[in-house]
Amino acid sequence: MPRRALGLTSVLRHLLLLCGAAVAVTPFVWMVSASLMPHQEIMLGGLRLVPEEFAIKQNYGRVIADVPIPRYLMNGLLVCTSIFVLQVLVAVPAAYALAKLSFRGRDFALAAVLLGLMIPAHVPAIPVYVAFYKLGLINTYAALIVPHVGSVFGIFLLRQFFRRIPDETLQAARLDGLSELEIVWRIAVPFATPAIIAFGLFSFVVHWNDLFWPLIVANREDLAMPPLGILMFYNEEQGSDYGAMMAASVLMTLPLAIASIVLQRRFMEGISLTAATKGGPQ
Amino acid sequence: MNSRPVAYVLMAPAAVLVTLFVIAPVGVLVLLSFSDWQLGSSTLRYTGLGNYRQLATDPVFWVSLRNTAFYVALVVPVATGLALVAAIAIRGAGRLAAFYRTAFFLPVTTTVVAMALAWEFLLHPSFGLVNLLLAEFGVRGPVWLRDADTVLYALAAIGVWLKFGYYVVLFLAGLSTLPTDLYDAAAVDGIDRPLDRFRYVTWPLLGPTVLFVVVVATIQTFQVFEIVATLTQGRPGRASEVLLFTIFQEGFVYFRTGYASALTVVFLCLILVLVLAKFRYFDRKVYY
Repeated sequence: MPRRALGLTSVLRHLLLLCGAAVAVTPFVWMVSASLMPHQEIMLGGLRLVPEEFAIKQNYGRVIADVPIPRYLMNGLLVCTSIFVLQVLVAVPAAYALAKLSFRGRDFALAAVLLGLMIPAHVPAIPVYVAFYKLGLINTYAALIVPHVGSVFGIFLLRQFFRRIPDETLQAARLDGLSELEIVWRIAVPFATPAIIAFGLFSFVVHWNDLFWPLIVANREDLAMPPLGILMFYNEEQGSDYGAMMAASVLMTLPLAIASIVLQRRFMEGISLTAATKGGPQ
Repeated sequence: MNSRPVAYVLMAPAAVLVTLFVIAPVGVLVLLSFSDWQLGSSTLRYTGLGNYRQLATDPVFWVSLRNTAFYVALVVPVATGLALVAAIAIRGAGRLAAFYRTAFFLPVTTTVVAMALAWEFLLHPSFGLVNLLLAEFGVRGPVWLRDADTVLYALAAIGVWLKFGYYVVLFLAGLSTLPTDLYDAAAVDGIDRPLDRFRYVTWPLLGPTVLFVVVVATIQTFQVFEIVATLTQGRPGRASEVLLFTIFQEGFVYFRTGYASALTVVFLCLILVLVLAKFRYFDRKVYY
């Protein structure tokens, strides 16, 4: 640890960091502030943070009446949770097999995983869209969920973890009569819990924020994910009612912002962990 | 380890899904890129390199590529440079370190589209915070997102704001692995001023981390889509047209499937160059 400098260096350091923190937080503060203001007051363009007259009922009331926010949030929660649970169910056994079992074709499978890691999520979009279109699956939850279930990133991350399980532990479990499937869920999974949590947070943030794929396969209001839902409201408004728009943004941002603060340490560990394997959340 | 047939059972679901949704689509994509197919059309003609030839002379593609490169060239150095300074400053910030970290990290996990809209409000020409502040200094701010000369800078500022905290976390992870006794040794040699310490100890040791973060940032930034689709749709003119947005429009608005496939193949090749650079340099490094 570098020696803590006092005096000028310390003042400069905190000044710099405070400026940075102010820039990071200002959009949130300004968004909340505008969401409480009547439209006329926003248009006056004063540098006021606290509104002269509160318009909470007007702005939030309008959003709650006009925009199915709970529906969008539920869609987000449903889709992201389904994706994550299915990803884990698929990735855990595969990662275990790749890490701890020998079988013909293992090197080939591993090469395929590494190859898959290099392909951005947008690349398979056209062929997968065409397939879903032919199958009549456009505008379904399945279209939002199924293409993401086989996560090469999840497989690779978990494999790296499973490799550290001592072979003696596995041998002992086999001698105790545990089947490989039991070993996977009773020994391997608890061993890799930190990796599974890191992967879960990563998966949630990525799929919650994705706009590209939902815009393509599920752009109906009742299926809209939070980003698409808010975009639909914005396109109706075209900047005519900033108070209500900011109120909608606040309501959509809140769940993830709270989760981010509560789980901050986990998130940060997850980033260091996942970035080493891939570019991290896009 | 002896061979176990059960491995195939464990591998099967993943193998099927990855093949169906990752590997096979890339093959199909390449095939489609050699055709003139449009979604819904019943005819599909092999056109060889036709799409790629068309691409080479398509001004939209070149504008899109140039804009994307320009955006990356703006965001990556600024975001990673500021993040490095912030991470080093946080390390010595004592009790306030946790507060700064939380503040910087807040934008990273928020809903991007919602925050893009908050930024549109901040950048509003007449009552947005940015221009109100500029007006305090007697400067008449531009119409940031509607002016071809400023739109990429405005989007880049949003991009930096969104990603900066992420790189701070990566740099903090890198800094925490530096051996502390080297700083003591340097102090014995008379290197104890902060700038010298950075120049002679931190920078040389952190080199690989810096390179790693820059490559990760480049790969991420190259895939800019959400803020463009939300705020500008590539406008004004084509001033904020970026690659993924062009692909989206060609493929899913105009349904020129074959041509969009060729665009995607080019996009993939550009990403692969970056990813291979990353694997080449960092595959053998253990970061966790």
